[in-house]
Amino acid sequence: MPILETQELTRCFGDLVAVNRLTMSIEAGEIFGLLGPNGAGKSTAIKMMTTLLPPTSGDARIAGYSVTRHAGQVRRLIGYVPQMVSADGTLSGYENLLIFAKLYDIPRHEREKRVRDALAFMGLADAADQLVRTYSGGMIRRLEIAQSMLHRPLLLFLDEPTVGLDPGARRMVWQHVQQLRADYGTTIFLTTHLMEEADALCDHVAIMHLGNVAAMGTPAVLKASLGKEGATLDDVFIHYSGSALESGGTYRDAVRARRTARRLG
Amino acid sequence: MASQRLLRPLTGLSNLTNFLRKTLVIAELEARKLRHDPTELITRAVQPALWLLVFGQVFTRTRAIPTGDIPYLDFMAPGILAQSVLFIAIFSGIAVIWERDLGIVHKFLASPTPRTALVLGKALSAGVRALTQATFIYLLALILGVDLNLHPLALLGVLAAVILGAILFSTFSLIIACLVKTRERFMGIGQVLTMPLFFASNAIYPIDIMPGWLKVLARINPLSYEVDMLRTLMIGQVSATGLLLDFGVLVLVSSGLILIGARMYPRVVV
Repeated sequence: MPILETQELTRCFGDLVAVNRLTMSIEAGEIFGLLGPNGAGKSTAIKMMTTLLPPTSGDARIAGYSVTRHAGQVRRLIGYVPQMVSADGTLSGYENLLIFAKLYDIPRHEREKRVRDALAFMGLADAADQLVRTYSGGMIRRLEIAQSMLHRPLLLFLDEPTVGLDPGARRMVWQHVQQLRADYGTTIFLTTHLMEEADALCDHVAIMHLGNVAAMGTPAVLKASLGKEGATLDDVFIHYSGSALESGGTYRDAVRARRTARRLG
Repeated sequence: MASQRLLRPLTGLSNLTNFLRKTLVIAELEARKLRHDPTELITRAVQPALWLLVFGQVFTRTRAIPTGDIPYLDFMAPGILAQSVLFIAIFSGIAVIWERDLGIVHKFLASPTPRTALVLGKALSAGVRALTQATFIYLLALILGVDLNLHPLALLGVLAAVILGAILFSTFSLIIACLVKTRERFMGIGQVLTMPLFFASNAIYPIDIMPGWLKVLARINPLSYEVDMLRTLMIGQVSATGLLLDFGVLVLVSSGLILIGARMYPRVVV
């Protein structure tokens, strides 16, 4: 059974169709990338799958549970790291994890060990008791991923996990995402506008443009489909969406992306 | 399998204990923040101190406001406590907008935490802030010679009134934050609401001396019931509306606002 299935998932804001009849399915254990420029509808899609935004029509199922009818169960099965900074800067790294361990009903006798393990896994054990506002951007991202995996979710959503990070910090996040799948078998659904990131991490990708999926498949197959020697995912994107990477995004998206980048940087 | 245990449907009693437990976790989160940075509590104490020391002292001398055989300073001390709770609570909603602009709200909403627990937990944390104010105002009032009732039951009642008042107005604030969604608009509306709530109440003068139209506003203003409750319990004035009604109004309005807030809160990320 696929771990995530969407059927004609659609969301409109007024006249704007942010996500248009998205239908896809993801098998357990894979790393799936939803690609596209800012404003393509990636975050809207992820908000619907994480029960934050009700679809205008259509549905998504996670391990068989509908996001519209069984939102409570879905929330227990998923982890979610939003695009923007979601760790609390006024608390220590340890406290950020402790609160979520409690919210996810991790039994008291296991809590301390789970939190310490998560900190060690993400290489944050030494910084555990520092306030998060003193962390670097890469450390904040790793803490947020640690928060979202405390309850061992079946499916982890990462919305633009490396936005605003420098190349070194970005690679480190990639390594941890791969390690997470290797150690816990977590299925990972991520969005990115970096084709290089998708190429490095993802088993399957879908390319989204203006609310529609323009192409879906493995990076290798998509590249080969262009029939061109040395084609990159960038080329694939341009081919399938019929436009350059820079096209998407509104003023608001730009403000948000840069603000996030500044906070993380 | 662990996830099957997690999926066991929650019913009745376990639903209620889950709600209470999660509410306390959210309140704990806010209390931990406060422990890391308590400066807010100190700066917040300045305003009630000024009201008691300046306004209170002057109006006690002029005897411009008829308060029967109670000194004016004694009369206004419960009003200033209620005001200080109101001010702390009414601007607490701005944190929701701040947390929405980051991704913090998104993360809480994607977790299996009941929405009512998220809202009540935040409201309770406003109650914790308000209690530190209450302690400060009690100390100051005692120093100024206000004849406070220090009976444990009276203190317990004051504790309840302060926490209820904070829950009521901070949830109101959260609802406004969910409606306006930007910090600028929120600050504007907060300013516009605070003064009418304060002046159209019995906080610093009795309802009896108000013109008719203002009396009506004061009677529907929940702050008047909080002040009445505080005044009865703190300085032993005979309650105008009855403690039971005061308490009932505060509980009922708070519950209503929490239910509305729990519906509004998830929409803040849309």
